[in-house]
Amino acid sequence: MTATQVANRIPLEEYAPLLGEPEVAELRALARPLQGRRVQMVNSTAVGGGVAEILNRLIPLAEELDIDIHWDVMQGGADFFEVTKSFHNALHGGTYVSRAEDFAIFREYNKRNFDLVRHDAEFTIIHDPQPAGLIEARQGKSGHWIWRCHIDLSRPNSAVWNFLEPYVSQFDGAIFSSPEFSRQLPVPQYLFYPSIDPLSEKNKDLDQEFIGSVLKRFSIDAQRPILTQISRFDRLKDPVGVIRAYRIVKRYFDCQLVLAGGGASDDPEGAIVLDEVRKEADGDVDIHILELPAWAPLEVNALQRASTIVIQKSLREGFGLTVAEALWKRKPVVASAVGGIPTQVIHKHTGLLAHSVEGTAYQIRFLLSHPDIANKLGEQGHKHVKENFLITQNLRNYLALMLSLSRGN
Amino acid sequence: MTSTLHAEQTPFSFFTVAYLTRIGNQCARNLTEFLKGLEECSDASIFHHTFQTLESHHFLTEGFSNDFAQWVLASANRDELAEQLAALDIRDYLSIAELRSDLRRVVCSYCLKYPNYANQEALEPFYFCESVEVTEPVGLTVNSLREFREGIERLSHASFYFHFISSRLRLHLRTNDFSVWLENSLGLDRLANQVNRIDVYTNTLDGARAGLVRLIALEEKKA
Repeated sequence: MTATQVANRIPLEEYAPLLGEPEVAELRALARPLQGRRVQMVNSTAVGGGVAEILNRLIPLAEELDIDIHWDVMQGGADFFEVTKSFHNALHGGTYVSRAEDFAIFREYNKRNFDLVRHDAEFTIIHDPQPAGLIEARQGKSGHWIWRCHIDLSRPNSAVWNFLEPYVSQFDGAIFSSPEFSRQLPVPQYLFYPSIDPLSEKNKDLDQEFIGSVLKRFSIDAQRPILTQISRFDRLKDPVGVIRAYRIVKRYFDCQLVLAGGGASDDPEGAIVLDEVRKEADGDVDIHILELPAWAPLEVNALQRASTIVIQKSLREGFGLTVAEALWKRKPVVASAVGGIPTQVIHKHTGLLAHSVEGTAYQIRFLLSHPDIANKLGEQGHKHVKENFLITQNLRNYLALMLSLSRGN
Repeated sequence: MTSTLHAEQTPFSFFTVAYLTRIGNQCARNLTEFLKGLEECSDASIFHHTFQTLESHHFLTEGFSNDFAQWVLASANRDELAEQLAALDIRDYLSIAELRSDLRRVVCSYCLKYPNYANQEALEPFYFCESVEVTEPVGLTVNSLREFREGIERLSHASFYFHFISSRLRLHLRTNDFSVWLENSLGLDRLANQVNRIDVYTNTLDGARAGLVRLIALEEKKA
């Protein structure tokens, strides 16, 4: 059994200045009936990846509420993780050639991890497909078992989904990040939006001096409007389309474009896309193409905070948490109406949506011409994130789920 | 008038609320499917997309009223229908059945008037979800008008929403927990009525709360 220790504990009280004292006090009130009750969270990695990042924040907050929560990581060999990576891609709609040995490896490693299950836990939350087979270690109908799916299942490969579905159907419920990602299942399905941590390095307040130093490092002019898209160099993020929209805007405004992201150094396709982006930029000195390391939270934070407008012109998107990050920083956002983006960008309320290069350019021009409206959208966007997409809301959702299950709702 | 408890009445206990969102099995890609969804979805779904959305979007005051109107506007691109749906005021309803009936009537009339639009595909589908309400006492009970005001000042948005807006469905009355208590326990009928008239559509929840606190403070000065 691998009980995981979390790093960088942030006390719940530190969220009070951001959320308000009442919000924190009421989290404590909601948690009161759950004090001392045992919860187990299981995933497949302690570091790296969004799930580990969330659990690293969520577990200590739940502990502070006196919930007896444990985080365990399943163990697997290289063969297991190769299989689950191919499953992951297949569930996202990628190509996959069904092989019987893949399913056997999945079953075998899940069985080997059966002793990971804490049978005295009242609530067992299994994250993502890798440990889904642990449901077969459940003793009868003991406890409440929930499958938390963090991935987009809207267009899954049928062979992989048909294999996983019998496991998922044995749980008492499943949690998805968007209604669009859910499946027809015989168990209740819940909606938990992904969340950001306002106190993480990627989102915490930064002083102007640091932001200025980051701009200087990348030779970005702080005196002229900065349009920014933060994303991997991936065609689905349409960086070339962003440059085309910028060119239209540039006819009217002396602005700069920042395209910043990782994914090019360890991903052959990322390198090809980066090359396409550089070709499209054609040496324009006001287009800053920044290849960031895989983990550069402070730089991303500074670039978002320095931006006049943040763009997310994806052609397809999961939830698109970079949008929530920008909104939290009170930035006006122009984004495509795809995936989870319209949930975050409520058109004309918390940002502007677009459906094309020309539409994106028009919305950017509109906001550059109307800074008062841009500020208002940014301010409302911040409130939207505060209310719906913070880690504390995620914690509140888990409390509600556990209370609801224990009361037989 | 008095600002202390009537001998036979009870103190006010504040509660907090959390809403668990359940994903339903229905989704609409055009107005015809949307109408069908409105007819068949659960009461918890109508509640989620009208009452509960007012809490999760309480910071918006201009033009956002409920999820149905927002989808019709942003995804189905039908301004006139969106306007009619947005104009439905949840405070006029004592039951979800009445609200559902009006939602259906408005969408049905529009589809009959503009049959060409009824099957036009929306940009994004509408997913019907449901709210599961979970409540817990905050651990704060008050007996006087001053304590009541101080309690309201210390409430979260969720708790304020629970007592001020969703209480209508629980009470089956065109009023709210605060007004009921002010009237029944403190005998402050006029204040109760003024509190009930605070507009939650043109105010944010914070704005509504500030208005409520102002009214109570004025009443305290009279005492």
